[in-house]
Amino acid sequence: MNARFISRGFTGRRSAAADPSRLPPGQHVVPDFPVLSAGPTPHTPQEKWDFAVDGHVASPQRWTWEEFYNLPRESITVDIHCVTKWSKLDTRWEGISVDTLLETVEPLGAFLVAHCDGGYTTNLPLEDATGGKAWVAFRYDDEPLEPEHGGPARLLVPHLYFWKSAKWVRRLEIVDQDEPGFWETAGYHNRGNPWLEERYWGD
Amino acid sequence: MGRLTWQLADVVDSVAETAHVKSLILSVSNWERHRSGQHVDVRLTAEDGYQAQRSYSIASAPEEPLLMLTVERLPDGEVSPYLVDELRPGDKLELRGPIGGYFTWTADDGGPLLLVAGGSGVVPLMAMIRHRAAIHTQVPTRLLFSSRTFDDIIYRQELERLPMGDGTLQVVHTLTRQQPEGWKGLRRRIDRQILEGVAWPAADTPLAFICGPTRMVESVATLLAGLGYDPARIKTERFGPTGGPS
Repeated sequence: MNARFISRGFTGRRSAAADPSRLPPGQHVVPDFPVLSAGPTPHTPQEKWDFAVDGHVASPQRWTWEEFYNLPRESITVDIHCVTKWSKLDTRWEGISVDTLLETVEPLGAFLVAHCDGGYTTNLPLEDATGGKAWVAFRYDDEPLEPEHGGPARLLVPHLYFWKSAKWVRRLEIVDQDEPGFWETAGYHNRGNPWLEERYWGD
Repeated sequence: MGRLTWQLADVVDSVAETAHVKSLILSVSNWERHRSGQHVDVRLTAEDGYQAQRSYSIASAPEEPLLMLTVERLPDGEVSPYLVDELRPGDKLELRGPIGGYFTWTADDGGPLLLVAGGSGVVPLMAMIRHRAAIHTQVPTRLLFSSRTFDDIIYRQELERLPMGDGTLQVVHTLTRQQPEGWKGLRRRIDRQILEGVAWPAADTPLAFICGPTRMVESVATLLAGLGYDPARIKTERFGPTGGPS
């Protein structure tokens, strides 16, 4: 309906630095790394940190920090897109592929719920978390991931809006039915594909 | 909730709040009543079709007939300078909303309510204070508001006036950069000692909303948790203009 609406006097300042083909609709590039979270930053010490994959699986798994940190790791360089409109290009991470984590547990359900310190949850169909599309990352830009950015470890699902990349993740629960998480029950889209601009319910 | 469709709001008025901050008063014909704390997405379109989108917190109470957005001009911003310097009454502004189901407060959520604001982070908290006033609720509420200077205090006069007729609302300012002569209030960044003096005791199971620059929000949230606040009752948002999840 508003296809022909022009904002009087607006010329815009296109991101010259960015290849437009890398920028989903409605996004703009930022140089810094904004911090957004719904509550206080949890600080779980490494000796109390563990990571579990359980739920509807053949064989649940649990790793201590040390065990987790020594799993075969991958280096990932990706663009990330936040639903609040910022995108950051070529972010560099290290972490464990979700494929690696699922190898030994044998998931029997088709969805997962990521559970985090602080009570945050987010949901993904397994096909969005497997096939080299998702990681549990613990290093950013050659440094340990800072708590305010989700450290010790966060989910990294760069092909979806960044709220799916849950900070302070501790557990992946495999479930049969999709279970909308924290933001997904608070007005935000259930899948969150930035290229389809799936920001909110009904998008 | 159905699809949030883009619509054209009429700019009815624009009010300078400080040297860098303006409130836009908008008339929106098809508006689902918002909850205080929510935001809208704004979309600007240039003549060649180029578009830019940003989010802005709603400053008005749900009960008010017109929608108010309060926007701070960011020095190297793309959208905020247009909204603050270029947009004028009679123009139209494309937006959709209301958005956000977490950083919100209605009287049913109760209190006591602790609101902690840094700069333009006060905007969604002001919507809560105005909502409170509009429905004459007595939920005990304290606003702790950090600004750089006296002249940078957004909504200063309204925040002076509202507590006069309402003993259950208290407003405490701190000025971090420069204080006017004779200033008797706080004059430093919010720290543990300030919170111990202003924040409700944890035993009252308060509900806290914090909005402002990342550093301030991180620090205040951590301090409140340290004072015994239930982390699940500490809700944070980093800067008014960028609400919502990452």
